[in-house]
Amino acid sequence: MRAWSGRILSVAVPLAVFGFLALVPTFSVDIPRLFDGPLDTPGTLQILALCLLFGGVAMSYDLLFGYTGLLSFGHALYFAIGVYLTAIGLTKWEWSLPKTLLVVAAVGLVAPLVLGAVSLRVGGIAFAMVTLAFAQAGTVLVAKNPDGLTGAEEGVFLNVDPLPEFFIGVFNMKNLYWLTLGYAIVVFVVVRWAVASSPGRVWQAVRENELRVEVLGLRPFSHKLMAFVLASFLATAGGVVYAILIGGATPEVASANFTLSLLIMVVLGGAGMRWGALLGGILYTYLDQRLPALASSEQVQDLPRVFRTPLSEPLFVLGVLFILLVFFLPGGIAGIGRRGRRRGLRALEEAVKPGGARGGVVDEAEAGA
Amino acid sequence: MSTWVLLTITGLGLGAMYFLIASGLSLIYGLMGVLNFAHGAFLTVGAYASWWAQGKLDGIGSIPLRFLLAALVGLAVGALIAVLTELVLIRPLYQRHIEQVLVTVGLGLALTALVAGIWTQTQQVYLTPTWLTETTSVFGAQIPNDRFVEIGAAVAVLLGLLAFFRYTRYGLIVRAGVENRAMVMALGIDVRKAFTLVFAMGGVAAALAGILSGVYFGGIDPARGTHLLIYAFIVVVIGGLGSILGSAAAAVIVGLMQQYANYYASSGIGDIAVILLLAVVLLVRPGGLSGREVAH
Repeated sequence: MRAWSGRILSVAVPLAVFGFLALVPTFSVDIPRLFDGPLDTPGTLQILALCLLFGGVAMSYDLLFGYTGLLSFGHALYFAIGVYLTAIGLTKWEWSLPKTLLVVAAVGLVAPLVLGAVSLRVGGIAFAMVTLAFAQAGTVLVAKNPDGLTGAEEGVFLNVDPLPEFFIGVFNMKNLYWLTLGYAIVVFVVVRWAVASSPGRVWQAVRENELRVEVLGLRPFSHKLMAFVLASFLATAGGVVYAILIGGATPEVASANFTLSLLIMVVLGGAGMRWGALLGGILYTYLDQRLPALASSEQVQDLPRVFRTPLSEPLFVLGVLFILLVFFLPGGIAGIGRRGRRRGLRALEEAVKPGGARGGVVDEAEAGA
Repeated sequence: MSTWVLLTITGLGLGAMYFLIASGLSLIYGLMGVLNFAHGAFLTVGAYASWWAQGKLDGIGSIPLRFLLAALVGLAVGALIAVLTELVLIRPLYQRHIEQVLVTVGLGLALTALVAGIWTQTQQVYLTPTWLTETTSVFGAQIPNDRFVEIGAAVAVLLGLLAFFRYTRYGLIVRAGVENRAMVMALGIDVRKAFTLVFAMGGVAAALAGILSGVYFGGIDPARGTHLLIYAFIVVVIGGLGSILGSAAAAVIVGLMQQYANYYASSGIGDIAVILLLAVVLLVRPGGLSGREVAH
């Protein structure tokens, strides 16, 4: 009986949540303070769409960080591949939409396969630094603007002609909202399915104790690579949606700060928990979008400079919030009310511990694998 | 020939800054298992403190003296912020490595944003003694004098660290702690003092790198620390985590390679080449140049 009701709940709750989210653009309700305009206005819908989009990307990052225990600092690279390749393909190379999507999908699979295979040769903290370095290559490339393709600081304005008509223009923001909601749902379903599958169970075992997985005769390397490719591919898909939603590409999506904000989203929501990353992504994006408005409000502007300056910097507020969160609520929002001590981050301890299951260095046996 | 000499010495100057950052990172990681993401912010804060002091010390007529005094302020602030970070944020999370890393990530973002909030994103011009911006002729190449100061500072820090480890009691404790922390504690030695000390040394080295970068680039901007930190990470991984000599060797290689490729190939290629070098090192020697496993 219990098992049955659990299964029904695990389908019914997401259905209800996403069903409600799908109806949001039809509500003409004004929520004062939270949003500037009613829910069905393009401005509000775009903020909501961004929230859902980054919620989805955060879920893909959680697959790496929360479920497999891989502390990657280079997830932005794969998102940026999706954003820039879509924008460049459609605009500079004048490809059709299907061709662009095919190429993006191919690159979105091959790039993480190659880079993941190299960076997974080290574990723990060294893995974090190596992924950061690879992502830096993306940042450099974007800033270097080869053949005028990436547009350096200005980015790329998307040529919308190849897109279907219902995605073009401010008045179709409703459809763009549904597009991002669709993306979030797909990521949610794929992550749930993957985590429950048999490789998914190995990922979680790798997170808990990699050495034991190896002793059981399973190969941690190929399983970690699988998680890396899947998570990166989902991020690339998110990049495609972002390019269409925003109408172009900007260099911020390729920056190291973007990966760090994904990390904050996941920890904020609760790493390795069903609703954690989605919640964290939505909340972080909302704060990031709304804090500048808060900072320019009269109440803040009247404060003395000592308080006004820090409050005017969204990243300062979010950074401090993040530190407090790690200290006082390590399970994130989804971890509130959970019994037992701090599941979220503690489960990941093994992954970065120097000389835990696998410290900074891979041994010969795995290096040969 | 003269271009090559200029590139080489400039590359070494760049490598010197990487080494100053990487040595602190590597020591902190080696001893405590903490990857300090706020290290770049220490650099930025130290450099800004020095710049701020340069403005406040305008009563002093002699520019070199003013520069030196302001540099001392920057170094002190670098040490202070590092010690505070260790005491307030890192120590309560002792042995919880994931939380320690995350806290330094948050601190790095917050400090950088705060600096940008107070002094804006634009580059602030450094007051530098004229001697530093003049050039000296070496084998026909006109080398800006600040390059020699950067290289000299890095060599001095390297020798100082080696002497500290070799001849002092605390150096011995730190070295032993890197090898086997549990054993040092079992012998009744309070390693936590060594933690604070290592953080302070890292903070000073980072601030020094920041001040030198202010001279090298002609000014300082809030993103400087984060930018240099990424290359310092590359240096640390190539050199091998926890190895000072490995970091020194890797810093020289990375600095030179970046300069040569940026000049002879095209601007930006050097940055990519360094990242490729990292990939190759990982494939051939996953433990880095020093190739030893960090003890725990």
